[in-house]
Amino acid sequence: MAKIKIDPVTRIEGHLKVETVVEGGKVVEAKSSGMLFRGFELILKDRDPRDAVQITERICGVCSVAHGMASVLCLDNAFGIADKIPDNGRIIRNLICGAHYIHDHILHFYHLAGLDFVDVTKLSEYEGKDPSLSSIKDFIRRAVDAGDMSLLAPFYPRYEGDYRLPQKVNEQACAHYVQAFDARRLGHELTSVFSGMVPHPRALIPGGVTSVPTTDRIANFFWRLNKLREFIDNVYIPDVCAVAQVYSDYFHIGKGCGNYLSYGIFDLKGGRLLKPGVTSGLDLAHRSLDPKMITEDVSRSWYEAPILHPSRGRTEPNPYKPDAYSWIKAPRYDGKVYEVGPLARLMVSYAQGNPEVKRLVDSYSGDLGINAGGLASTMGRHLTRALETKIVADNMAKWILELNPGEPVYYDFDLPEKGSGAGLWEAPRGALGHWIEIKDHKIKNYQCVVPTTWNASPRDSQEHPGPIEQALIGTKVKDEENPFELVRIVRSFDPCIACAVHVLKPKGREVGRWLI
Amino acid sequence: METVSRRDFIKLASLSAVGVLGLRLVSTQGLNLLSAKTKVSELPVIWLQSGSCSGCSVSVLNTKSPTITNVLVDEVVPGHHVNLLFHPTVMAASGEKALSMLDPKKDFALVAEGSFATKDEGVYCMVGEETALKRLTDLGKRAIAVIALGTCAAYGGIPAADPNPTGAKGVKKIFDEYHISTPVINVPGCPAHPDWFVGTIATILASGLQAVELDSQGRPLAFFEHRIHDKCPRRGYYDMGKFAKKLSDPYCLYQLGCKGPITHADCPTRLWNGGTNWCIGAGHPCVGCVEPGFPDDTSPFFRKISLMNDALKNDVTEWIGKGLGIAALTGVGAHLGTTAASGRFKKEEEE
Repeated sequence: MAKIKIDPVTRIEGHLKVETVVEGGKVVEAKSSGMLFRGFELILKDRDPRDAVQITERICGVCSVAHGMASVLCLDNAFGIADKIPDNGRIIRNLICGAHYIHDHILHFYHLAGLDFVDVTKLSEYEGKDPSLSSIKDFIRRAVDAGDMSLLAPFYPRYEGDYRLPQKVNEQACAHYVQAFDARRLGHELTSVFSGMVPHPRALIPGGVTSVPTTDRIANFFWRLNKLREFIDNVYIPDVCAVAQVYSDYFHIGKGCGNYLSYGIFDLKGGRLLKPGVTSGLDLAHRSLDPKMITEDVSRSWYEAPILHPSRGRTEPNPYKPDAYSWIKAPRYDGKVYEVGPLARLMVSYAQGNPEVKRLVDSYSGDLGINAGGLASTMGRHLTRALETKIVADNMAKWILELNPGEPVYYDFDLPEKGSGAGLWEAPRGALGHWIEIKDHKIKNYQCVVPTTWNASPRDSQEHPGPIEQALIGTKVKDEENPFELVRIVRSFDPCIACAVHVLKPKGREVGRWLI
Repeated sequence: METVSRRDFIKLASLSAVGVLGLRLVSTQGLNLLSAKTKVSELPVIWLQSGSCSGCSVSVLNTKSPTITNVLVDEVVPGHHVNLLFHPTVMAASGEKALSMLDPKKDFALVAEGSFATKDEGVYCMVGEETALKRLTDLGKRAIAVIALGTCAAYGGIPAADPNPTGAKGVKKIFDEYHISTPVINVPGCPAHPDWFVGTIATILASGLQAVELDSQGRPLAFFEHRIHDKCPRRGYYDMGKFAKKLSDPYCLYQLGCKGPITHADCPTRLWNGGTNWCIGAGHPCVGCVEPGFPDDTSPFFRKISLMNDALKNDVTEWIGKGLGIAALTGVGAHLGTTAASGRFKKEEEE
């Protein structure tokens, strides 16, 4: 029996520790622990409700756009103006979120997950003329000349062994790693055309947005977007397929819990582009989502319910709680473990028969020799993330042309004395919910349940491990010194720990009592 | 052509690095950009994330010229390369291999991102089974300089907002308490602008630490000298007394809560995301995110400065009183006074 502890897990957002017990080369036990607590809900209390948007964005610098959106939806709902958002406001919100999705998915595949598959050091043998690859070769030479390996940081040290891409493919992947830095930056620039800036966009407000669509902005956005669509179609998706072909065993590694949940995202006139729902990998049958069935469990998390006010929806952090091992709580749906994220969104949409999703998923999984159910895997998460990027970007190219310069972008409102609301949205890495209670024009209670809280959750009171833990359990680890399998699995979920840890809810209490 | 094979890599790893690198960050003689060097000097950097959202890291990835590839791989200033030893969001290594980079055998600069929890000895943030607080003080003592990147690392930021559940603090405050004398440069912002970070690093590399002039809040004057309000493209409307009545109106946002008059940064001229746009360009009031009092002293974000409650106003007056900002609040009054007196305000209304 061996214990493999990976702390910190890097190339994710935030502070995550993963501990596994390996017996006979196979993971038999896994624990994922969030290692940061900041207490956002406590900070939000008694503030002006409108300030929640800017403050909750700071929960996470990677998903700030998604938090801003969940927060404005939550406030729209609490202020009773959810049905009054003008079309321009609705569309610009979608464009801001869509552009952020493009940035985020590209960042994840190339810069967070990429170095698990691509071997940058092989460029020391590069003989071509690509300027970016030549400059990496020079960078490697400097380290060699100086006799100092640490000069190869941040690309070295690393796990050694399982880099399988053939030389030409590897070279191309390295060039695309560099090119993708520009593409993801362009994704952020695209976002800021309407959001002012990112991370932490400014234009999102209850009632709509503050930024105005002018013809020059529309044209500017359209052509930036087209450049990214070219990258998605000609670089990103082909790269994912190339990696998937060489690492095809990862279609069978890191399956996870097999249950999928999505709140749905991108508000169109007749509902969302990707619709809410739950499904299971076993039957791929659509079931509608009932937010009332969401609960949170703190059995193994460093929190206690206070003795005096359990009815107030607050718990207290207790870093010394016995048997607890994470700052992340354990959300469950209908008492069961659910995965969220691009895989979950496309599984739910597939189960609903969304034609665009079905066509893409069937065609790509067919080419790669798997069926839709086989997407439930480490590589399946990368593939669905890439396909989703295409779906979002292609739809944005239609939405941008629906904007009407001169028409209103938001609905003005009076701040209500009291009220409550919910905002359910999808961050790039999965289902995101914000809930608010307002009293005396101030925030009485604010709660967030975020994607990684679902995915990186610890065990619950029934001893059910969370989705990442389940994906790790049963995995064969070829080399315990270089446990590629484990980090590849964890990273495929695109965990975001800053988001995951800040939630204050008592054990087993229903979270979804505010309905949209 | 010399190449590196896998076996060479392993061989190299065992070679000593001592004596290979020569750069001293604090030099008495300014380094000259024009002096051609055959050898590239290395600036080893450890980037420690604590109670952060990683937003400042993501923002720095947005650097356009130089690009982030230039920063990581090329000579960011001719003859100087940034050797990023440790950065949790970017580095290839995980676990022990990653932690091994936190004990360099050479001089290094430290970049701190996020605020540092101090309550309960800092248990609220752990990096490799050690509190981020302990890592900061240990590395901070050894570093030749610290860049506190973002408002959280500089002043505490949002995690330190009332009621500050984890006792979060900025780097300088902690260094003062622990009697650590390592120089700290604050590069605030929520997030920090990539140019503010890369520009500060480039200045240090080209001319040494002493070349970075700081204001009373420890920020480089090069980026934080002027108030947003001073150079805002909507300033003309303010002077005319033409104010936005609702968000999305193209006029001065002062009445809707803009904190531009009490916020020091060059956003109006530098813009964000490669010059694409900025907060006020998108019709949103400035929230004062680079100031030590962000967010408590600059919120409610949608309430105008003169209507913020007395306690807040006093705080604001106090901290802006320390710098050029003293003119801000009085300036607002004076401007309105002048405009009204000269009849321009009225004329504007008549129009």
